[in-house]
Amino acid sequence: MSFGDWIGQLENWIFAILAVGTLSGAFLVVHSRNVIHSALGLVLTLGSSAGLFLMLGAEFVAWTLVMVYIGAVIVLFLFGIMITRAPLGYESDLSHPMSVKVTAAIVSGSMFALIGWAFLDAFGSVEFPVAEGPTRTADIGISMFTNYVIPFEVMSFLLLAALVGGIVLARQDPEEVDE
Amino acid sequence: MIVNQFLMLGAALFAMGVYGVLSRRNAVMVLLSVELMLAAVNLNLVVFDRAFRDELAAGQIFSLFIIAIAAAEVGIGLAIILLIFRNRSSANVDELDLMKL
Repeated sequence: MSFGDWIGQLENWIFAILAVGTLSGAFLVVHSRNVIHSALGLVLTLGSSAGLFLMLGAEFVAWTLVMVYIGAVIVLFLFGIMITRAPLGYESDLSHPMSVKVTAAIVSGSMFALIGWAFLDAFGSVEFPVAEGPTRTADIGISMFTNYVIPFEVMSFLLLAALVGGIVLARQDPEEVDE
Repeated sequence: MIVNQFLMLGAALFAMGVYGVLSRRNAVMVLLSVELMLAAVNLNLVVFDRAFRDELAAGQIFSLFIIAIAAAEVGIGLAIILLIFRNRSSANVDELDLMKL
């Protein structure tokens, strides 16, 4: 499939817009000198990837992403940022110096080259099968509570453990406060 | 709409997450970059789920699991960072060198 054919399809235009949103948000996350801008860059990335999920027909995952990530996790991050650093302006020491950045760029670039080569080698220009519509949420629910019920239970136990652990870790001891 | 355009986007997102983890100094920023990597993995799972037309929707279910576990990870991670910040009044990963000789 040539690039002209590819760009001729309307859905690929939507994909291109969402991809630009995803990558620019990611760039903001890894490169911004303002912590709040980094957190908001993550919102852009996750919002765009929710749009990609909608394109793929994974509606329930898309809305779960919006509610859990953009609704809750980002708020948690903003709390963490505000607790751990009071000055909210531009900071120069959020990243390592240039030498470490260059090494990190080399490592991540070669990782991208490796993964990208593997994908191009394996999938070439395979197209998605013609979808019969988005995945029904009822199907996901039935599959989750029949075939994947044990991972589901394990995960709920993990969430409970994380809840207890988070409280124990972050709580200040009453004796320490008194001293 | 070919499969590879989504997969390459996921690979790029993952590589940027790796770059962020390695180059960020502040621990909260490192956690944010880890979230980028998790988002890339989520994208790949959903793409494979749709590309192979999985009857059980396994890719979507596992991406839901990843979303839930990422929420737990952020909670615990931020609690740990908060504790480190309280003890050492700094959240920079290169200043946590207590185990260094």
